Amino acid sequence: MDILITGVGGQGTLLASRVLGKYALDNNLDCKLSEVHGMSQRGGSVITFVRIGDNIASPLIEEGGADIILAFEKLEALRYAHYLKKDGFLLYSSQEIMPMPVVTGACAYPTDIEERLPKNSKAIDALALAEQAGSAKAANSVILGAFTKIMNLSYDKMKAALMGSIPQKLADINDKAFDLGYNF
Amino acid sequence: MKKMLLGDFAIARGAYEAGVHVATAYPGTPSTEITEELSRYPEVNSEWAPNEKVAMEVAIGSSLHGARTIVGMKHVGLNVAADPLFTVAYTGVNAGLVVCVADDPSMFSSQNEQDTRLIARAANVPVIEPSNSQECKDFAALAFEISEKYDTPVILRVTTRVAHSQSLVEIGERKEVAVKPYVKDIAKYVMMPANAKKRHIVVEERLKKLTADSNTFDINRVEMKDTELGIICAGGVYNYVKEALPNASVLKLGMVYPLPYDMIKKFVAGVKRCIVIEELEGHIEGLLKANGIANVEGKNVFGIQGEFSVNLIKEKILGQKTEYTVADIPARPPVLCAGCPHRSVFYTLNKLKVSVMGDIGCYTLGAVPPLCAIEATVCMGASIGMAVGAEKADPAFARNTVAVIGDSTFIHSGLTGIVEAVYNHSNVTVIILDNRTTGMTGHQNNPANGKDIHNNPTYEVDLEKVCLSLGVPSVSVVDPYDLVAMEKTIKEELSKDGVSVIISKRPCVLLTKALYKGFLVTDKCKKCRACMKLGCPAISFSENGAKIDTSLCTECGLCQKVCKFGAIEKIGG
Repeated sequence: MDILITGVGGQGTLLASRVLGKYALDNNLDCKLSEVHGMSQRGGSVITFVRIGDNIASPLIEEGGADIILAFEKLEALRYAHYLKKDGFLLYSSQEIMPMPVVTGACAYPTDIEERLPKNSKAIDALALAEQAGSAKAANSVILGAFTKIMNLSYDKMKAALMGSIPQKLADINDKAFDLGYNF
Repeated sequence: MKKMLLGDFAIARGAYEAGVHVATAYPGTPSTEITEELSRYPEVNSEWAPNEKVAMEVAIGSSLHGARTIVGMKHVGLNVAADPLFTVAYTGVNAGLVVCVADDPSMFSSQNEQDTRLIARAANVPVIEPSNSQECKDFAALAFEISEKYDTPVILRVTTRVAHSQSLVEIGERKEVAVKPYVKDIAKYVMMPANAKKRHIVVEERLKKLTADSNTFDINRVEMKDTELGIICAGGVYNYVKEALPNASVLKLGMVYPLPYDMIKKFVAGVKRCIVIEELEGHIEGLLKANGIANVEGKNVFGIQGEFSVNLIKEKILGQKTEYTVADIPARPPVLCAGCPHRSVFYTLNKLKVSVMGDIGCYTLGAVPPLCAIEATVCMGASIGMAVGAEKADPAFARNTVAVIGDSTFIHSGLTGIVEAVYNHSNVTVIILDNRTTGMTGHQNNPANGKDIHNNPTYEVDLEKVCLSLGVPSVSVVDPYDLVAMEKTIKEELSKDGVSVIISKRPCVLLTKALYKGFLVTDKCKKCRACMKLGCPAISFSENGAKIDTSLCTECGLCQKVCKFGAIEKIGG
C-alpha cells in the first residue's frame, strides 16, 4: 500500500507518517517512509511517502503510484493529485492555508479545486473535528481515523500505533480525534 | 528486535553498537540527526563543534588518542573540513575514524549539489555508501573496522533519501571497545615535508591494497539475472533500479571508492549492455573508463542534476514514460514563520533600499517575495567578506550595503570576516541575527547561546564583547520587534566610518511555546496593504482588507506598528 501524505510545513504530516510506520512494524510488514526536513518545513509544501508491503525497495512513491493520498490542506491535495493511481483514493482536509504568492497578491487561491481533483476524492473538515476533540493540532489524528476506515484497516491496531507515537498527556484529545475521523 | 529508523538514526545506532566513544559535528541538513541521536547515549562523548573544520580536528585528535570517533556534516561542510581531511589521509588513524557526509541531490535544503565522492577521491579517502537504514547501521560499524584495518579515515556517504528515509533495522547490543593506548609517533603524525613524503607512499600503497581487497568485500556484490542488461549502482539508486528493472543483472557497490575493478570487469564482460546509474557526477563511470573498462554507459543516458527515481530509470532505459499532468496552481515556497525575529530586519532594509549580502540559515528566506531583501548568498560566513568586497569595488557601497549573518553562522565562520574588515580599513556594517539557536537545522544549541548539546549550561560566547575585542568600534544591540530602533540604528551605522556591528537579538519564535490569542484587523482597515509588505504568513488580503489567521499569529506586533490607521488590535486588549 502506497500512501502519500502532504500538507503545509508545521501541520503534523510527519507524525502521521510515523504512526503508519509503527502500524507496519506492529503488524510485521515491511515499510519505508521518506520525509522532508530542513528548509521546506518552514511553511512550505511538504510531502511524505509511506510504503507498506511485503518487500519494499524504494522509499519513494512515483507519479501515478499512490493508492491513497492524505492531504492536510486543499491546495496541496491538488498539487500532488498526479501521484494518485487511476483507481486510487484522495482524502483531503477542507482547510485552506494561503501560500505566500497568494498572500502577496501575485496570484489567487484557486476556487475550483474540488472540480479539478480526481473523481475519487473526499473532503473532511479535519480542523473542525480536531477542535471538537479539543485541539486544532489533532487534525492528523482525525485524518488517520478516516484513513483507517476508508482502507478497512484494523481500528484497534491503528489506534494502538497512534497511542504509541504521542505523549501520554495528548492521548485523550487524539483518541477522540481519531474516533471522530473514523466515524466520519 | 526490529525498529523503524531514520537513516541518520541508524548510522548513530551502528556507531553506538560499534563502541564509538566520541561524536562531533556541526549541524547540516540532512546529516544533523546522526549526532543528535548519538547525544542520547551516555556512553558516547558527543558535542556540537563551532564548524566542520574544528569538528574534524577534534575527531582526528580523539582518534589518534585511541577513541573510536565519528564526525558528521553535510556535503558543503566537507569543504570547510577539507583541509584536515586531506592530511589525516596521510597520518592515518589510531582508533577508527568515520567521517559521515550527507549529500543533497535535488537540493532540498542546500546551496549546491556537489558530490562528496569527488572530494574523497582527491583526498585519497575510501568511501562506503549504504542504500537503506539497515545498511546505514551495518556500514557504520563496518566503517570503523575498515578504518582500523587499513589505518585510514573512512567516509560514510549518504544522500538525503537515505538519510531521511525510515526503514526497518535489526537492533543489536553495544560492543564495548577499549580506548587504545596513545603512542607518540612523530614520523606518522607530524606532517612536515620529510615525514609527509614517506606517508604519501603509504597512502598510495593503502589505496592499491584497498582496490585489490575490495573485490572480495561482501558489500560489493553481483546479482546476476538477465544478461541483456547490467546495471552498476550504489546507495539509494540501487532501490530504484530494483523496482524499475527487476530482471536486470545488478552490481551493487557498497564501496564507491576505491572501486573493485576486477569484479566490475568480469560483470561488464558478462552482460550485453552495461550502464552505470549514479546520481550527481559521473564518478564511477569516469573511474571505470580511466581504468580501461570502456564498455560502459552512464552520463550519456542520465544527467548530473537532481535525484533519480524509478520513473526516471524506466523512461531513460526502457523508454516507458509515465504520463501525468501537474496542476498549474500557486507555488507554496517556504517562508519566514509568523513572528520570526528576522522579519523586521529585512522589512527595514527593504524600506531603506539597502543592498544585503546574505548568508546561510532560515534568514536566507529574506530573499523571497515580498521581502526580496537579500541579493547574494554563497556559503557559510560569506556575507561579511562579500560586503567588504563590495566596498573595494566602489567605496560608495559601504553606505548602502550590509552583511546579514545568523548567530550560529557567525560563530561558524563570521569571526574571520570581522577580522578582515577591521584589519583592512573597511566601513562595512554587519547585522548579526542572533535568534539564540541554530534554527534551520532544527534548533541545535551553539556556542553563543550558553547551552551544550545536552542542553546543559556552558560558557556563552558574548557576541558583543567578541566584536568589541576584535576591534569593531561600534557595536549595538537592538530588539528586532522594535521597528523604530531598528531603522534608526541601521541608518546611523551605515553612515559611520569604520566597521559597525548591529546585533538583532531575540529568540526564534519557535523556541517560545506560548499560547497566543493573536491580533485582529478592525473596520478601520483602509486596505492600504502596508502590512502585506511584512510577508507574514498569518496575514492575508482580500477585497475586504487584511485578515489575520489567529492560529498562526504570535503577537509579535509588527503589523500593528506598520499600520498607519490603528486598524490592528490585540485580541482581548
